[in-house]
Amino acid sequence: MAIIVDEKTNVLVQGITGNQGTFHTKQMLGYGTRIVAGVSPGKGGQTVEGVPVYDTVAAAMENHQIDASVLFIPAPFAKDAAFEAIAAGVRVVVIITEHIPVHDELEIIAFARRRGTIVIGPNTFGIVSSGRCKIGIPPNQFFVPGHIGVVARSGTLTYEIVANLTANGLGQSTVVGLGGDRVVGLSFVDVLEKFEKDPETRAVVLVGEIGGNAEEEASLFIKKMTKPVVAYIAGKSAPPGKRMGHAGAIIERGKGTFEGKVQALTAAGAGVATLPFEVPGLIKEALG
Amino acid sequence: MKLYEYMGKELFARYGLTVPRGKMVTSPDEAAAVAAEIGAPVVIKSQVLSGKRGKGGGIKFADTPEEAREAAAQVLGMTVQGLKVEMVLVEEKLAIDHEFYVAITVDGAAKAPVLIASAQGGMDIEEVPDEFIVKEHLDVCLGVQPYLCREVCRRLGLTGAVAKEFGRLLPTLYRIFREKDAELVEINPLVLSGEKLIAADAKVTIDDEALYRQKDLPVVDDRTEAERQAHALGLSYVQLDGNIAVMANGAGITMGTLDIIQYYGGAPANFLDAGGGTGMEATAKALEILLSTNPRVIFINIFGGITRCDDVARALVKVKQEKGINVPVVIRLVGTNEEEGVRILRENGIEAYKVMHEAAAKAVELARAQG
Repeated sequence: MAIIVDEKTNVLVQGITGNQGTFHTKQMLGYGTRIVAGVSPGKGGQTVEGVPVYDTVAAAMENHQIDASVLFIPAPFAKDAAFEAIAAGVRVVVIITEHIPVHDELEIIAFARRRGTIVIGPNTFGIVSSGRCKIGIPPNQFFVPGHIGVVARSGTLTYEIVANLTANGLGQSTVVGLGGDRVVGLSFVDVLEKFEKDPETRAVVLVGEIGGNAEEEASLFIKKMTKPVVAYIAGKSAPPGKRMGHAGAIIERGKGTFEGKVQALTAAGAGVATLPFEVPGLIKEALG
Repeated sequence: MKLYEYMGKELFARYGLTVPRGKMVTSPDEAAAVAAEIGAPVVIKSQVLSGKRGKGGGIKFADTPEEAREAAAQVLGMTVQGLKVEMVLVEEKLAIDHEFYVAITVDGAAKAPVLIASAQGGMDIEEVPDEFIVKEHLDVCLGVQPYLCREVCRRLGLTGAVAKEFGRLLPTLYRIFREKDAELVEINPLVLSGEKLIAADAKVTIDDEALYRQKDLPVVDDRTEAERQAHALGLSYVQLDGNIAVMANGAGITMGTLDIIQYYGGAPANFLDAGGGTGMEATAKALEILLSTNPRVIFINIFGGITRCDDVARALVKVKQEKGINVPVVIRLVGTNEEEGVRILRENGIEAYKVMHEAAAKAVELARAQG
């Protein structure tokens, strides 16, 4: 078991003939992901790394069973590509693209809700069910199978924490990147619910950051969870009103502060790490 | 991108919303002329990208053109909320019967736009008790329909002509929000003057990611020179007030790097997210930006995924050889092509760290030693 994706997930790559698309198709294949098709308008009939390319998602779906799609599409065209995947009935749509206008994101999420599609991202590293399926861009070598679920808003920070877990003998069930933008498909609670039900996951690491109220909302759910949760929140030193790279990472009108999040998480019974390298120790403590 | 009040009002007027008669000026003489043209009394409002201008003395009233000249002379050049006033908006003083609040913004938690309205306008909406605020999440497929306007009016206690005006205003505000890729459109106060609703203030923030398709909007650029240069390279940079210049790859880990510096008692000079997959040339330019801010120490923290450690190492060596680096550099380098990166650095007399917190502690120690 794992959540959302596993070794049976058939994956489509949208934008497969672009630089990023081609590079990461190779990386994902190297990790063992079942990439069955790619889409690139006007490039139908070609192959990339042995993967057949189609002009449209519908054309790919006529020839393959497809469970998930990953988008390596430039921001101005990402909304259309996401609509195409959702309309074609793909169950999980992973949007790697950053810098997508927020109004496009609002439309993508609204459409996905109507169709019951799971959207991961935008502006995400993707999702990895360690040892089984990687959809996205993280470096392969740090993700090893195990029993820790990880859910995060940011990418590289997650690699840092996953590498720390792996170095301490703690493999992962699934690692989910929600995405760094203000409007993304999944919330912490959506993913925590799945980890709580997943028999393979024994503890969860939540990697949050300042801004918004996603961590506070997660706290309400963590209170009810039977599995231990350890959190790390980035942005303690960030001054109010300055956007720290991610669209969501900004303290506005005194809301979304580090202190508020740590208080909410601590009150919910989660362990909170001050620095990333403390996470494995807190997990081991929580698991006894 | 935040628009100045006068720009927001020009935008509102283009969409047919009523705004006070007035004009933006940059000198006391012009202020007097505009006051004469409008016919006093007038209000002189400092144009800075901040709220709470009234409390900072940035809003003044004048009964004659001469008073308007004096008031403008006082306001121009003063500092409001840390921002120097270089423009004032001179406009008619409204006869106020009531003040409302209305805004449309993006609710990240709900993943939808939200309409916020209150009959208690004029003050900071954060200070209005919840029971006096109407909040309606909007479906982007529907927008603001007439039924929703009727419901908002009912809950605000509005009837008759005012309700009709309100019902016209809300869909228009939503059109501006959507068509201009706004993150926020806010009118506070929305003034009821007789039977007219007048936007007495305008707060409009446009999504930076959508500026490429909003070419007809004015450009407001309040970034520092270093922020501008970094942005041109596609990097995310925020100036802070410490002395340890920081470069990392990824917003989250960059924030984490700032936190760890502060944890060890240091003060970061900036937030520089060099992003993923930034090549050698851009990384070298990013380093030059850091150098231009005259830090005591440079701290580079790289966990290479898409970013290749050898690219970062080559960039550092290139800048060192071509420009010279006269401050200590602490570099932590792991991930993709790590061995190659570490080897390049070693050949050039630089020892890379493997562990993030050890490197951070060293950077803080060096910054102290330089002090």
